[in-house]
Amino acid sequence: MIPFDYRRAEDAASAVALVTGHPEAAFLAGGTNLVDRMKLGVAEPAMLVDISRLPLDTVDVQADGRVRIGTNVRNADLAANTHIRLRYPALSQALLAGASGQLRNLATTGGNLLQRTRCVYFQNPSTPCNKREPGTGCSAVDGYTRYHAILGASEDCVATHPSDMAVALAALDAAVVVLGPGGERVIPVSDFHRLPGTEPQLDTVLAHGELVTAVELPPAPPRSAYRKVRDRASYAFALVSVAAALELEDDDAAVPVIRDVRIALGGVAHKPWRALQAEAVLRGAEATDANFRAAADAELRQARPLGDNGFKLPMVRNTLAAVLRDLTGVPAPDAGAAGTDHPEGPDGPRGTGWEDTTP
Amino acid sequence: MEAEITLQVDGIPRTLTLDTRTTVLDALRDRLGVTSPKKGCDHGQCGACTVLLDGRRANSCLTLAVAHDGADITTAEGLAGRTPDGGLHPVQRAFLEHDGFQCGYCTPGQVCSAAGIIEEAAAGHPSGATGNLQTEGGIELTDAEIRERMSGNLCRCGAYANIVAAVRQAAEAAEERRGGAADPGQPAVVDSPTAASMPAHPEERP
Repeated sequence: MIPFDYRRAEDAASAVALVTGHPEAAFLAGGTNLVDRMKLGVAEPAMLVDISRLPLDTVDVQADGRVRIGTNVRNADLAANTHIRLRYPALSQALLAGASGQLRNLATTGGNLLQRTRCVYFQNPSTPCNKREPGTGCSAVDGYTRYHAILGASEDCVATHPSDMAVALAALDAAVVVLGPGGERVIPVSDFHRLPGTEPQLDTVLAHGELVTAVELPPAPPRSAYRKVRDRASYAFALVSVAAALELEDDDAAVPVIRDVRIALGGVAHKPWRALQAEAVLRGAEATDANFRAAADAELRQARPLGDNGFKLPMVRNTLAAVLRDLTGVPAPDAGAAGTDHPEGPDGPRGTGWEDTTP
Repeated sequence: MEAEITLQVDGIPRTLTLDTRTTVLDALRDRLGVTSPKKGCDHGQCGACTVLLDGRRANSCLTLAVAHDGADITTAEGLAGRTPDGGLHPVQRAFLEHDGFQCGYCTPGQVCSAAGIIEEAAAGHPSGATGNLQTEGGIELTDAEIRERMSGNLCRCGAYANIVAAVRQAAEAAEERRGGAADPGQPAVVDSPTAASMPAHPEERP
């Protein structure tokens, strides 16, 4: 780790001024990702401006039903917040699916949004990486791609965004409140993170010195949920995750019709992936497993799997259908039926590259 | 850059001048000689460095000491001394009782984490294993809850089965001391409970 100057911020405006005035400065909050990257030699700030003691640590429910979450609210505290648990379960579930208990006690809301990819090549300074050192090439494209993108990637970068929380925020249509030298601006969370294109070194649309001060949630959707699929039962990054927020025309109908739905996918792209094609298929459609799968297929038409991650296509399909079934009360299909690639099926999915070949 | 900070470590104020690059873990081990928190991966993945930072479990390897000037830190060593009878913390006794370790390297982090989850569950903090997020109040630490909540503490000897049993016993004893249902008003860690309801350490048995 290179030496750095440490400053404790007096208030948000002076923190912004300090970082804006120093091209090599960075904000420090919980530090769980930044300090790790500094140890790895991936981040080398010359100055840290510590915002962790600023009083931006409350969850405020406003008169119009909106909720303002301060940037310093710990992941553990946001997940446990009674209002969030009751009204925005997708957000609690996503937070609780991320990291470990001791990390969630340190990690903050703003820091969670700004954490960087765990692509093994990005985290290893001895390998080429366009995100870490623009122009050096992408080691992952022809390398280990199990955790990499199937949607929206470029030939320069196939990394995925690691946050669970941000995927739920995308489905909940949240917005990020940012303070810069010129004042405050509010950015829809779906526009906050970028696709890699030819500038994968830029994760977000933030300018240097802009500070996330809060996240705002619109009034709660009637139903929401988050589901994560990973290589072990706990404490692992997502292979695939799905967040959905949903409203039915008539909650009591035998076959309910979907009035509105927002879906976001995690583990598949450089940013939380808002599944607009799937949403379009489902708006006004009956809540049936066949429609859920048709919606997933519509989204996945644009997917471009890499060498090791073709399994993510059926995984997205199954997880999306499972989340929407849970939210609408639609029963699971017969796992053995023809054309079903349900993961609990007797033989598992076929021809999708993820069969278990062990005897 | 150097900075002077004070940390309250296991009840004792310790003032030191350190390089701003120093993590809480390195400050404890290398500067203050408090070696119960262990350096395993040094990247927040193994949990061997877990301490109670201002009463909550945290990975001491991933946080800078300079950012925690004035903080109260309890290590596994300090957990022991904070019981009313000055003996081992009930979680530590349960680890001995159930043989919840082999080599012992991860154990200080495991016991700090276990002490933390008992308080977190009593305070109503849910986990990924909590089925119903719509209910409030203390959460019972079932085996599934314990496994999920302890997933940030790895044990390369694979003592997990006994660790779960030890944590379950400590959690049940804490619940008994609270008089049944977990009470968020009665923290299990800060005011460490009496060992009266815990089984005696094998070596202390009559």
